Amino acid sequence: MNPKTNSQQAPVLGAEAIALLERLSNAVAVSGDEGEVRAIVLEQVKPHADEVKVDALGNVLVTRKAKTKDALRIMLAAHMDEIGFMLVDEEEGGLYRFATVGGIDVRQLVGKPVWVGKQHQAGIIGARPIHLTKRDEREHSIPLDQLRIDLGLNGKAKVGDRATFATTFRQSGPSLVGKALDNRFGVATLIELLKQAPQNVDLLLAFTVQEEVGLRGVRVAAYAFAPDAAIAVDSTPAADLPMWDGSENSKFNCRLDGGPAIYVADSGTLSDPRLIRHLSQTGDELGIPYQFRQPGGGGTDAGAIHKTRSGVPSISVSVPGRYAHSAVLIGRLADWQNTFNLLHAGISRMNRVLFEQPR
Amino acid sequence: MKALIQKLVESIGPSGYESNVRELIKTEIGDAASNFQVDPLGSLLVRTGKKTAAGMRVMLSAHMDEIGVIATHIDENGFVRLTTVGGVSPRTCYGGRVIFVSGVHGVIGGDRPDSPTSMHSIEQLFIDVGATSRENCPVKVGDFAAFDRPFLDLGDRLVAKSMDDRIAVAILVETLRALKGKETPHELVFVFSTQEEVGLRGATAAAYGVDPDLGLSVDVTGVGDTPKGAKMEVGLGKGPAVKVRDGRMLADPRIVRWMVDTAEKAQLPYQLEVLEAGTTDAAAIQLARAGVPAGCMSIPCRYIHSPSEMVDYNDVTNCVRLLVELLSHPIELK
Repeated sequence: MNPKTNSQQAPVLGAEAIALLERLSNAVAVSGDEGEVRAIVLEQVKPHADEVKVDALGNVLVTRKAKTKDALRIMLAAHMDEIGFMLVDEEEGGLYRFATVGGIDVRQLVGKPVWVGKQHQAGIIGARPIHLTKRDEREHSIPLDQLRIDLGLNGKAKVGDRATFATTFRQSGPSLVGKALDNRFGVATLIELLKQAPQNVDLLLAFTVQEEVGLRGVRVAAYAFAPDAAIAVDSTPAADLPMWDGSENSKFNCRLDGGPAIYVADSGTLSDPRLIRHLSQTGDELGIPYQFRQPGGGGTDAGAIHKTRSGVPSISVSVPGRYAHSAVLIGRLADWQNTFNLLHAGISRMNRVLFEQPR
Repeated sequence: MKALIQKLVESIGPSGYESNVRELIKTEIGDAASNFQVDPLGSLLVRTGKKTAAGMRVMLSAHMDEIGVIATHIDENGFVRLTTVGGVSPRTCYGGRVIFVSGVHGVIGGDRPDSPTSMHSIEQLFIDVGATSRENCPVKVGDFAAFDRPFLDLGDRLVAKSMDDRIAVAILVETLRALKGKETPHELVFVFSTQEEVGLRGATAAAYGVDPDLGLSVDVTGVGDTPKGAKMEVGLGKGPAVKVRDGRMLADPRIVRWMVDTAEKAQLPYQLEVLEAGTTDAAAIQLARAGVPAGCMSIPCRYIHSPSEMVDYNDVTNCVRLLVELLSHPIELK
């Protein structure tokens, strides 16, 4: 780490923070059923918050007041929900037909173990073994309506239960590996920011629901907070592997070890130019690495926040992760740490003058 | 008015980066108004008049932004890969020129096509800014650019890269000037909005902030008067078009009648517009808060979203006249 950062005594995400991320990653909170993560969030935020509220849709809204008067109201949003499955029909023998929740590539499902329901019952999305398939069958992916979750004869679930990939979190050298790190990275980041809260702004934390199905929770959270500015904290894909033919990879979105990915534009938001400048200057001046996420598709909670009421200057910052929206996401501890540092320093340096600047 | 139009259409303001246009509008309005406000998403709100017992708070909206491109990657030889802002077709890109908000100029080239007749996809296009390496390229990932093409005056017909929607910006500025010193029973809020081309985002927020009694957008619309063109009634030079519906809005029928009646009374030309696809800020105004009666005045325009959008000057001046008529008297919606 840059010595300049150390001289500012940047807070560190240590073993305790990683243990929290582990709990969050292993918890199951498929969109619309976020209770398990919400319980952890409530337990973590209560000792540090001035106000905690669970709203009508299930968002956790946390306020931590500034120590100064006339402070900016800064909203940070991280979604609690994860992609997964919903059981839609029970068949005999512990087999369940299911639907996907959020963006899932059906090609990746075959052979994956899953956790079903509040008890995390072990199930498997199976398929006929190679012995019994023909060559041309194996050249096509199996469509969703032909797949089943097999809970075994003793398994018991009901229609409407959620399921997710059965991936247990682990730390592996510099990497953090788990399911749902999109967006438990963001949830854990917000909790850590609250624990070491900048004193110069009213910190408004929204732990949101139903992001993966269309930014539904955050809409009402942003309306309730009516903030001066907002940052969505999320995880974004790092498609940074080399190209198979040796050509230059020009569509990597962002890279592992590149630091937090600052958004300029995605399909839902054009980031406020003043916030782009503010965060990148903060990174430059304090020696915190960062990268610009390649402009393009995708979206975060910022897409709904910035259009709330008479408008909210907004931006997104994401922790890079490989293999997003699959059974496993691989991120780097250093990227998470630098995301936290950039946000902490960026918020600490915010004042009203920032929003009086030209765009 | 042509001088005003030229200045506006030649300024650079891709969605999200409308500052140049906003400053130009402020200068051009000058002392025709005194109440200026920039809202959180960058829209410029100019208020004139006081709402009387017989008046309304009327929101008028013309968007400042234009379509453009964003740099997504600088390759090792200094070529800039891009993505689009708003509805940009690769058909209109190859061989075109762009100017970045930072002032850097570039030309658009493309990968060698598979066949002489195949069209580039956006991914196959790049911007050549004259750089030879990643290090000496003056563009960085995330930089915004707009298309670069000078204003062309063909007499009655005017051509520019950003008639959509600077022609409406010019119309609202001219309307403001014309209304100066005139009695109006209304509080008029002229909104020069941002981020229309990416989904009416500026107008969505501005309409909430303004909380109007009535909303009217001014924007361009397609035409059916070119060879083997679209089946559409609207044509250049037949007057401003009163929108009946478009892809996302059914105009309030009372507003359509009010506009038509006013045009006939003032003996101004107009045409009725039914647009199959596309929409305007009015669609966002209509759904603000508890709902707003909304309509749209359209300027017929050929070659929309190309670097050579063409309008008829008489439609423009008649639009100003009609707007002045509409806004000078009490509005009875019936």
